[in-house]
Amino acid sequence: MRYYTRDHEWIDVDGDAATVGITDYAQGQLGDVVFVELPEPGRTVEAGKEAAVVESVKAASEVYAPVSGTVTEANQAVADDSSLVNSDPEGQGWFFRLTLSDPGQLSALMDETAYKSFVATL
Amino acid sequence: MADEPAIDAADLKLLPLDALHRRLGGRMVPFAGYAMPVQFPTGVMAEHLWTRAHAGLFDVSHMGQLTVSGAGAADWLETIAPGDFRALQPGRMRYSLLLADDGGILDDLMVTNAGSHFYLVVNGATKHDDIAHMRARLPSGIALVHEEGLALLALQGPAAAAVMVRLGVVSEIGGAPAVDALKFMQAGPYVWNGVRLGVSRSGYTGEDGYEISVAAKDAGQLAEALLADAEVKPIGLGARDSLRLEAGLPLYGHDLSPEIEPVEAGLAFAISKRRKAEGGFPGAARILNALLDGTARKRVGLKLDGRQPAREGAPLFAGDTQVGIITSGGYAPSVEAPIAMGFVDAGLAVDGTALEIEVRGKRLAATVVPMPFARKNYVR
Repeated sequence: MRYYTRDHEWIDVDGDAATVGITDYAQGQLGDVVFVELPEPGRTVEAGKEAAVVESVKAASEVYAPVSGTVTEANQAVADDSSLVNSDPEGQGWFFRLTLSDPGQLSALMDETAYKSFVATL
Repeated sequence: MADEPAIDAADLKLLPLDALHRRLGGRMVPFAGYAMPVQFPTGVMAEHLWTRAHAGLFDVSHMGQLTVSGAGAADWLETIAPGDFRALQPGRMRYSLLLADDGGILDDLMVTNAGSHFYLVVNGATKHDDIAHMRARLPSGIALVHEEGLALLALQGPAAAAVMVRLGVVSEIGGAPAVDALKFMQAGPYVWNGVRLGVSRSGYTGEDGYEISVAAKDAGQLAEALLADAEVKPIGLGARDSLRLEAGLPLYGHDLSPEIEPVEAGLAFAISKRRKAEGGFPGAARILNALLDGTARKRVGLKLDGRQPAREGAPLFAGDTQVGIITSGGYAPSVEAPIAMGFVDAGLAVDGTALEIEVRGKRLAATVVPMPFARKNYVR
């Protein structure tokens, strides 16, 4: 099941494991991504707090953790080739995986339909 | 993801080409009090590289266009800026600085001798302060006019001259150079399709190109005619910034400020030879001392190792000691590396010096390098 935040992150959840990235809308707003700073495995991240940084030609933007948890893996492919964030943001361009510490936080997020309606208002 | 500041449309002025930018898919952001396109759908990287290879069209109508006229206009300009405006020939332009009484930089500007008057272009974010500063010092007999009915376009890139010729831009005055025969930092009156243009061979990208002043009501048809040429694409503020950074050109409000004087900023060339000898411009004592004795810090270019950019405000270190600060930084599409500009202790402002930049608690390795980062392609 995939959830979305108002800050344009997506989180794909399978049990207590999840994968996080930024949405196609977000990459379009950022423009060409030239560098991504990913969290180290083992780091704990907090819902709504900075978990990664994405750098475009122009500016640095924080990426927030959709939910709290412990990072299990950073996407080495994105670290090596940050343009994956532009070309496949909701697939190969994922940022990190984590183990959820409080799956109840997911209820505060949007599903795809709600996110699409939200983006349409922007 | 962190949001960009939302546009409060009610507070923002619209450029004369606002509708065109939106039709072309420009993403509008607030800048200098205007809604301005930061990028078009192809994005900053493609726009930057297109400008270096072909020609980019920039709308810089937010900038202030002023005229100064009356007997003694050159002498008066010499009381507010350190250029030799008495010797500036008609059809010539020069880069100059609006200086505070203590020699701090209030703005950087272009001054053109337009024959019957001087034509000034100042930064958009500072234009109202500049005008107030000038009016407070304006003697009777000199007229200062803010030409608010004018738009300003820049056509930049190696194809710019051919585009202007194909478009049919011709000189208004017999015997004046054809538009492609203008040299870098020359200007004159031209005509296209019955529309009068003030054209200069100048820009802010490090490329050959033109800046074109045109009545706001005619700007749309001129922009559309330029964009109809296959060599021309619209370029936003994002690429304007990355292009000028690669060209080593400082940006007012970032690399230049009232706390910075011209010599430490590496802009001593803007103080004309006669003015160096005679003084008589604001802050002359401090600035002439800086020329003789050197300065405590200097503006330098930095090339970073790796792919991670450093941004404005990041501190520069030599070992454990902070030795400076970044004033502009980003990814340079033509250099294919992150680059930055900043101020460092003068002893370290030597090409090849290894320094570190602190970004989010991490140290990035950087080397002081000569500017421009990318080769300039001016037609001299």
